[in-house]
Amino acid sequence: MRHVAKLLAASAFAALMTTPVLAQTPKDTIVMAKQIDDIISLDPAEAFEFSGVEVGANVYDKLMGVDLKNNNALVGELAQSWTVSPDNLTYTFKLRPGVKFHSGNPLTAADVVYSFQRAVTLNKSPGFILAQFGFTKDNVLEKVKATDDTTLVVTVSKPYAPTFFLNCLTSGVASIVDSKLVKANEKDGDFGNAWLKLNSAGSGAYKVRAYRPNEQYALEANEAWYKGAPKNKRVIVRHVAEPASQRLLLEKGDVDIARNLSKDQLAAVKTNANIEIVQGDKGYILYLGLNQKNPNLAKPEVREALKYLVDYDSIERNIVEGTYKGHESFLPKGFLGAIDDKPYKFDPAKAKELLAKAGLPNGFTVTMDTRSVNPITDIAQAIQSNWAQAGVKLELIPGDGKQTLTKYRARTHDIYIGQWGPDYLDPHTNAETFAINEDNGEEAKSKTLAWRNAWDIPAMTKITQAAVLETSADKRKAEYEGLQREHQKVSPFVIMFQQIEVSADRKGVSGWAIGPSSDTNFYAPIAKN
Amino acid sequence: MASLREKWAGRSVRWGRIAGRELSTVAITMFGLLLVTFLIARVIPIDPVLAVVGDNARPDVYEKARLDLGLDKPLWQQFAIYIGKVFSGDLGTSVLTAQLVTEDIKRVFPATLELATLGTLIGVSLGIPLGVLAAVNQGRWPDQIARVIGLFGYSIPVFWLGLMGLLLFYAKLGWVGGPGRIGVAWQDFVTPVTGVLLIDAAMQGEWEAFWDGFSHLILPSAVLGLFSLAYVSRMTRSFMITELQQQYVIAARVKGMSEARVIWHHALRNAVVPLVTVIALSYAHLLEGSVLTETIFAWPGLGRYITNALLNADMNAVLGGTLVIGAVFIGVNLLSDIFARLADPRAR
Amino acid sequence: MSSWTDYLITDSPASRRQARLGQFYRQWLAFRRNPLAVIGLVIVVALLLIAAFAPLIATHNPLTQNLDGRLLPPSAAHWFGTDSLGRDIYSRIVYGARVTLVIVLLVVVTVGPLGLLIGAASGYLGGWVDRVLMRITDVFLAFPRLVLALAFVAALGPGLENAVIAIAFTAWPPYARVARAETLIIRNQDYISAVRLQGASQWRVVLRHVVPMCLPSLIVRTTLDMAGIILTAAGLGFLGLGAQPPIPEWGAMISTGREQIFDQWWVATFPGIAICIVALGFNLLGDGLRDVMDAR
Repeated sequence: MRHVAKLLAASAFAALMTTPVLAQTPKDTIVMAKQIDDIISLDPAEAFEFSGVEVGANVYDKLMGVDLKNNNALVGELAQSWTVSPDNLTYTFKLRPGVKFHSGNPLTAADVVYSFQRAVTLNKSPGFILAQFGFTKDNVLEKVKATDDTTLVVTVSKPYAPTFFLNCLTSGVASIVDSKLVKANEKDGDFGNAWLKLNSAGSGAYKVRAYRPNEQYALEANEAWYKGAPKNKRVIVRHVAEPASQRLLLEKGDVDIARNLSKDQLAAVKTNANIEIVQGDKGYILYLGLNQKNPNLAKPEVREALKYLVDYDSIERNIVEGTYKGHESFLPKGFLGAIDDKPYKFDPAKAKELLAKAGLPNGFTVTMDTRSVNPITDIAQAIQSNWAQAGVKLELIPGDGKQTLTKYRARTHDIYIGQWGPDYLDPHTNAETFAINEDNGEEAKSKTLAWRNAWDIPAMTKITQAAVLETSADKRKAEYEGLQREHQKVSPFVIMFQQIEVSADRKGVSGWAIGPSSDTNFYAPIAKN
Repeated sequence: MASLREKWAGRSVRWGRIAGRELSTVAITMFGLLLVTFLIARVIPIDPVLAVVGDNARPDVYEKARLDLGLDKPLWQQFAIYIGKVFSGDLGTSVLTAQLVTEDIKRVFPATLELATLGTLIGVSLGIPLGVLAAVNQGRWPDQIARVIGLFGYSIPVFWLGLMGLLLFYAKLGWVGGPGRIGVAWQDFVTPVTGVLLIDAAMQGEWEAFWDGFSHLILPSAVLGLFSLAYVSRMTRSFMITELQQQYVIAARVKGMSEARVIWHHALRNAVVPLVTVIALSYAHLLEGSVLTETIFAWPGLGRYITNALLNADMNAVLGGTLVIGAVFIGVNLLSDIFARLADPRAR
Repeated sequence: MSSWTDYLITDSPASRRQARLGQFYRQWLAFRRNPLAVIGLVIVVALLLIAAFAPLIATHNPLTQNLDGRLLPPSAAHWFGTDSLGRDIYSRIVYGARVTLVIVLLVVVTVGPLGLLIGAASGYLGGWVDRVLMRITDVFLAFPRLVLALAFVAALGPGLENAVIAIAFTAWPPYARVARAETLIIRNQDYISAVRLQGASQWRVVLRHVVPMCLPSLIVRTTLDMAGIILTAAGLGFLGLGAQPPIPEWGAMISTGREQIFDQWWVATFPGIAICIVALGFNLLGDGLRDVMDAR
């Protein structure tokens, strides 16, 4: 009896010593550590958060795509070719023949119609990306029509710039779902929404094998993908909240790719010969929103002064290096019309001068709602100490989860520090939210970021709205450039950084490409040797 | 004969009355618990709709989701609807995970149970001997050491101890598994049957997965176990001191019984009754006290589930989770009461 | 000196004051014999001194950032190193003593009277008052304590004052229980009946006679509870719901060090040690006090 106990103890000890070391991921499987707790749904008509959209990008195909290697130029995917009528109202798409869904069902124009119909009818968070072209649940079947198995005719409500409409078709909400399979899983006329939240019905590179919220999802390669079989058989993405834990898992070889390393972890893994760093510019903009309901912040000199009061360089170098880079305009690099101008530098003397002009020579006290996550907290505290140099006393109000956001949406903040991610790959997405405010009243229909900061701009709203109707791509580009330069001067937004998405990979992992949005992070080319 | 039957009948009536009273107490407490939770979760200035539609949703989408959640109805009506559903066993759907709260709890509760059970085992198996040792050597140095160990258990922040444990045993020494319940490599080897990973792995003969799971479990449960150890050892000490002063112990000593036999067989046996209550309480405490431990160790358990739900104003999940913990707490109290009544001749 | 001791330890005190002082003195003598309790007292006194003289003891300003000198290891210039914003950790811990003390004092000041009053009223008045109050107490006891505190902070908004209120809201039930138990013993004693016969109102009896008798056990309970309060406050700070940045709260300091734990161990380690020592100090002190004051 004693011996057995001893033996058991010894073997337990041996197991403890060996298991962490022997962990090696299988050759044909890619294992990722990532924060995936933002996923609300895997249904492409509903997914609107970074991680959910990324799953969709790897599971579903769309009519249009962008060429990452060629400055994000538009390319046809399921659409083999397309034509636009001279009045810019009617688009005719010719579909790629012979494409099959994971279920084996053929992909036809009827599936496209069904996909658009369900996205517009369900009208979940991303639904407006399609609905803004005049589709409603009542007219969508007239506006989006299949004339035969491979031909689709779409009519939009206004002569929008074709680049605008086609760019919107590259977003996740325009994914094509397997109409037969989804209809089979419909419940109470929900267009299969409940089922698609956890399952997949696509034609893309992978199908969802298992998804457990807040824990992990596993994707299985679609060998029959029309672009060719993915370079790996399986992708497992595991939720790991802590960047420090992600790094350890990576260093120990428990995962192949770590997605959310912070500045300090990146610096540490740089010296590790077994780890390589891959990066891509992301469209997320880090900014401060100054609520114009606050009388001090409503003064133009104060807004300008605060833009001179952020030590952009020092924060970039010391807090966010490698994960964010300086960027001071609302269109992220990689978008049509993006500019690189950085008119503001840290200049406390100049700021003091401006504050004195505004009648606040001794500064003032103001609050900032700050999410308790890094790097937001650290950046906020650095700004707090920057502003103190000009006498501006900044009080930080920490908040968790959806708390700060709730306050921001109700316009009860003074200053909000946050991120904005573009909804689709067209400049209008950011121009709309940063530079359109149709109605500054409390019950406004459209609550853009400009509205949230109570910034009343009838003139700029008109200019921005006109830009989506400009058919010439060059002219359109020039319009956005001018708009941003004006915006930099007058807006209540202190735009500071653009995110760089960084991923740390084990040596031997290759092919992983990070696109400008979650819609363009593709797993299929990832290989391991 | 007849009198005996009468006696039995009388007793069962009395037990019935006690049970009835206890049950109504439990029902009222549970109702209060739900009411308080509901009110708190409702006054939190967090918009639950955001968890459903995200930040970028248009006003019409937002409004529809708000109506779907029934948030336009008056508070008392929302509460009445909720209570009605609870009685029919429906805890609603979590907006965060889009799954039934009952399903979510089925998934996360075993993880917490596993942690608290091993924690209690560690605490009891070390705490009782330590407490006995302290009682026997009352006032001398083993007592003082036991006292310091016990007080340390009450003084160390678990989240800090967890971090230090990870730093030392995982990052530096590599003796144990890191955060999470099982290594990524073993994730899909075990099919959840009972939900308790170690039991499932053992039943399915996945011994490597079993040991991997164990190596992940040992550190967080040891951290929790320290608190249990502190509590159990201190209570054991005080019960044992009382017992050792009793007449029967002195009598046994006089009869020449060996000291070890007196302590372990007689005194400890009599201290077991109150100890069971203590252990049960400490177990319930570990269940609720695992919020921070689960956060540090990325443990997919109930504590983290409730916290996360709370910060997203995910009402159904918060209420469901609180209900479960409250039920366990009340249940454990009740059971230990009944046990004490059954075991203690005076209470009988 | 010796006359003082004689005065204090005399068997036949001449006045009520002498009796009371003598009792204190005897308890002090008993307390002094317990080395662990004395250590606890020393720690608590040291905490008070550090908090009082923080500006003299600290080597740096706890709020001054130096982004170019972030995450420096412990050295002669920075005894405990610097954090992710280049602030001196040693100085932050010294100033953090003030934060901890403020939290503990505020909670005790709110919770003690609240629990005492509810418990004493419940125990003395009995009947339906007792039943209602005890049901409420049960409800709060059945709650996961940290989750309840979290919920309160979330409802009130994060910050030091709200953390204090939240902790107070969750900490009173055990006090009420203790006070009720004491009251049940006291209320049937002869002198209470005597007071009642003299026509004192119920509230007067509770406030003037029952409450003071509950005090010793509550003082012990409070001292023992202070460690728990410190840990809960640190837990809230750790979860980002306690003190606002840049206030140097120990729990929040551990939380910021969490990200660097595997490379810059000092950021999270030192504040944790500070919490341990202080909590242990209160526990040792409370334990010692219980032995001398609360012989039952």
